[in-house]
Amino acid sequence: MMSDFAIALPELILSLFAMAALLAAVYTGKDSLTDALTWATAGLMVALALWIGMGQTGTQVAFGGMFVDDAFARFAKVTILVSAAAVLVVSRDFMQRRGLGRFEYPILIALSVVGMMVMVSAGDLMALYMGLELQSLALYVVATLQRDNAKSTEAGLKYFVLGALSSGLLLYGASLVYGFAGTTLFSGILTTVAHDVPVGLLFGLVFMLSGLAFKVSAAPFHMWTPDVYEGAPTPVTAFFATAPKVAAMALIARLVQDAFGGVGAQWGQVLAALSVASMFLGAVAAIGQTDIKRLMAYSSIAHMGFALMGLAAGTETGVQAMLIYMAIYVTMNVGTFAFILSMEKDGRPITDIGSLNQFSKREPLKALAMLVLLFSLAGVPPMLGFFGKFYVLKAAVDADMAWLALSGAVASVIGAFYYLRIVFFMYFGAEVDGAESRMVPVQWFALVAVSAMMLLGIINFFGIEPAAIAAAKSLVG
Amino acid sequence: MDNLLSIITFIPAVAAAILALFLRGDDAATARNARWVALAATVLSLLVSLVLLKGFDPANTGFQFVEDHPWVLGLHYKMGVDGISILFVMLTTFLMPITIAACWTVETRVKDYMIAFLLLETLMLGVFMALDLVLFYVFFEAGLIPMFLIIGIWGGKDRIYAAFKFFLYTFLGSVLMLVAMVAMYWAAKTTDIPTLMAFDFDHQPIWVLGLHVTGGLQTLLFLAFFASFAVKMPMWPVHTWLPDAHVQAPTAGSVVLAAILLKMGGYGFLRFSLPMFPVAADLWAPVVFWLSAIAIVYTSLVALVQTDMKKLVAYSSVAHMGYVTMGIFTVNQQGVDGAIFQMLSHGFISAAMFLCVGVIYDRMHTREISAYGGLVNRMPAYALVFMFFTMANVGLPGTSGFVGEFLVLMGIFQVDTLVAAVATSGVILSAAYGLWLYRRVAFGALVKEGLKTIGDMSRRERMIMAPLVVMTLLLGVYPAVVTDITGASVGALITEFRASVPMADAVAAVE
Repeated sequence: MMSDFAIALPELILSLFAMAALLAAVYTGKDSLTDALTWATAGLMVALALWIGMGQTGTQVAFGGMFVDDAFARFAKVTILVSAAAVLVVSRDFMQRRGLGRFEYPILIALSVVGMMVMVSAGDLMALYMGLELQSLALYVVATLQRDNAKSTEAGLKYFVLGALSSGLLLYGASLVYGFAGTTLFSGILTTVAHDVPVGLLFGLVFMLSGLAFKVSAAPFHMWTPDVYEGAPTPVTAFFATAPKVAAMALIARLVQDAFGGVGAQWGQVLAALSVASMFLGAVAAIGQTDIKRLMAYSSIAHMGFALMGLAAGTETGVQAMLIYMAIYVTMNVGTFAFILSMEKDGRPITDIGSLNQFSKREPLKALAMLVLLFSLAGVPPMLGFFGKFYVLKAAVDADMAWLALSGAVASVIGAFYYLRIVFFMYFGAEVDGAESRMVPVQWFALVAVSAMMLLGIINFFGIEPAAIAAAKSLVG
Repeated sequence: MDNLLSIITFIPAVAAAILALFLRGDDAATARNARWVALAATVLSLLVSLVLLKGFDPANTGFQFVEDHPWVLGLHYKMGVDGISILFVMLTTFLMPITIAACWTVETRVKDYMIAFLLLETLMLGVFMALDLVLFYVFFEAGLIPMFLIIGIWGGKDRIYAAFKFFLYTFLGSVLMLVAMVAMYWAAKTTDIPTLMAFDFDHQPIWVLGLHVTGGLQTLLFLAFFASFAVKMPMWPVHTWLPDAHVQAPTAGSVVLAAILLKMGGYGFLRFSLPMFPVAADLWAPVVFWLSAIAIVYTSLVALVQTDMKKLVAYSSVAHMGYVTMGIFTVNQQGVDGAIFQMLSHGFISAAMFLCVGVIYDRMHTREISAYGGLVNRMPAYALVFMFFTMANVGLPGTSGFVGEFLVLMGIFQVDTLVAAVATSGVILSAAYGLWLYRRVAFGALVKEGLKTIGDMSRRERMIMAPLVVMTLLLGVYPAVVTDITGASVGALITEFRASVPMADAVAAVE
């Protein structure tokens, strides 16, 4: 029993920290502790990430198979922890200046991260659902953080209603799977499907995939994304766009590989359909957007389509490609949101793309960094974003899904247009009284460092490739 | 030296990084330093590339100076040059100092301008040296970004339209190429270019969407690559981005665009289309011939009626590129040698033509032909240089323009006499628009008020033109400097090609 707890120690530490922090904040007069808590949370997350990343090797199973700690889970956890910490630190200044510096924020983020860590380690339908709900409940609250703002409240409510619906779908699917397989353990389901695949089980799988598609905002389950991204306070949007996406994507990988590994032909089609729909919807619908947060919402839908392409391939390289794609994706988003957080005019935050007209004249360095990030998001070489895309395309071709790769390539051309449009405004736009960018050093650092990474990363991916290979091997091999 | 190629390629990029990170100070000082650093870097790159040329063994038909390091995703960072690519490397390193010197008078955002050109040089050199499919694509695509910015920021009045047209046209073409590359990887399980050149891609007929595709996979791959290179070249009818881009681009941008970037298309045909998809190339050669012939005649006629000097030169570029595609697809020694020669010669001549336009544009700020006339009275040196390059552009014997066109026409005559006849008429048309342009600009009475005080070429402008004059004459009177280097590699290419094609004919006969 003790060894079980030892395996889940990082999750336990983070939960205990969150509870202790909650008590401390309540007893010491509320928001005075916010600043310290933010730093402490971020620091703890980075420390845990280092510990998880450096410490363990091999695969350990705890709580009778419900909790799995393998290279795959560790890769996903490090990505989640680091990106969550980065978003917390980058958005600290924004929260304080907009009167959002509540102590609940870092605590809720910490709890939701615990949920995500459980998700990626789930070895059982129950653990899966527990992790997912812990994550989601924290996020519903965070979305409405700006209580006196109608848009923020609306975003939170919308997210809650649709999220609840998707949880319902997921639960219904899980119950079907349980009914037909007779077990909630992934390993048990795997042995069942190895013999025979009842139709009911497939129904269950499809329902579960639909529920999870909500969480990664893959089309056609993406409807909440633009509204929530736009309505929620920008730091919350930044968070939505990063860590939860990694967690949900990793959870899909875990589910289809660990529980339904034998019937790749069944879910491969579903994932491929989600992938194509997301890539095209994300690329086409973003064209007309004028709000940069909505644009980023569609951009994330399109990116999820690409990541799903890796999973749809159903192979080890496919999982590798997905992991690397997600790592690159969250890095790009941290940098981009560091910039979006700093956009303001007369002290008020703005998100209008048109306000970036001639931004390169006012702030050449920041404009250049954004240029690199936008081209990277668009997947134009030599930025790192291109290699992420290339990796998933390659995985799809290796799995004999050339048509999927082909549609991905076409979608990426369409998608390049709207990123290019922002570059266009920043460099060639009309002279207007546009946005300023007020940055604290940490935001500036995040922006510049991330854009430098997009260029320097092509040398060797900062060595994450071997980790991704090991992770994919532990999941598929 | 094991990594000579990387050194040549990345000298400009390092200089760009130095400019971006360390150059501070007031505007005037920054601009001055930026120019000198850029010039020094490009000259250094040129000097190192001369070492490369010296060490190159023309008799060896394989790749030389090869560097091969494992890279991410199972790809390789592999560079190398053969008799075909080394000349393009030399062309690039030779023209870049001239380009930098040509934009000496730019005053807006000088540092950024120099950075853009330096990065562009690195990327262009990479294209000609890359021996890995994906590495090639990375360099090929990335070159779009600096050029897009050069046109979009420092261009003329309608620069934004031109920049977008340029970007989207070429991006669309190259994404098809990317898809084809993925398919090639799928078929051959490697991205190594020398291996792929020897790989025999499937050419059994297949059905795609109800269409019977002769040449099978090869045809599909060939067409995807063709889309990209034809846009880059540019071939008729996908040439329409070029006049817009040229007219709006600043002088130095036009020089790089015409002299080097267009050559990537021709280089791509030689490196990919011919050796990798010989059956398809053989099938499609007649189409390419006719497209080229149309390009030569049609764009020459269009050039004839232009009122904007730069547009005229741009259309003449398209016509000259028609000879290149024609020569490449003849796949005989004269044709291919001629095509390579034509590309190099066009590199020098078109660069000089755009510089000539730039010289008077800098003084009068108009490119309208009707705004000039009688320049010979005030600018004798300019009139001389301009006449020399007009003649070279027309293809006067003794200049490099003649050799390339003549070789290509000789090559095509052996394959298709009718196309050869049509193409030859282009020589006459080019004389027509060239001489007419020259007459209207340089001769006649000097009546326009604004021109009465115009000054002749400055020392800087003369120094820029001098190397181009020398090269044009040298290649014109002693073409062997080029053919000695290319000969063996081209010969090997043709032998390989001929070896693959009859094999396909035999297969067709069996079916």
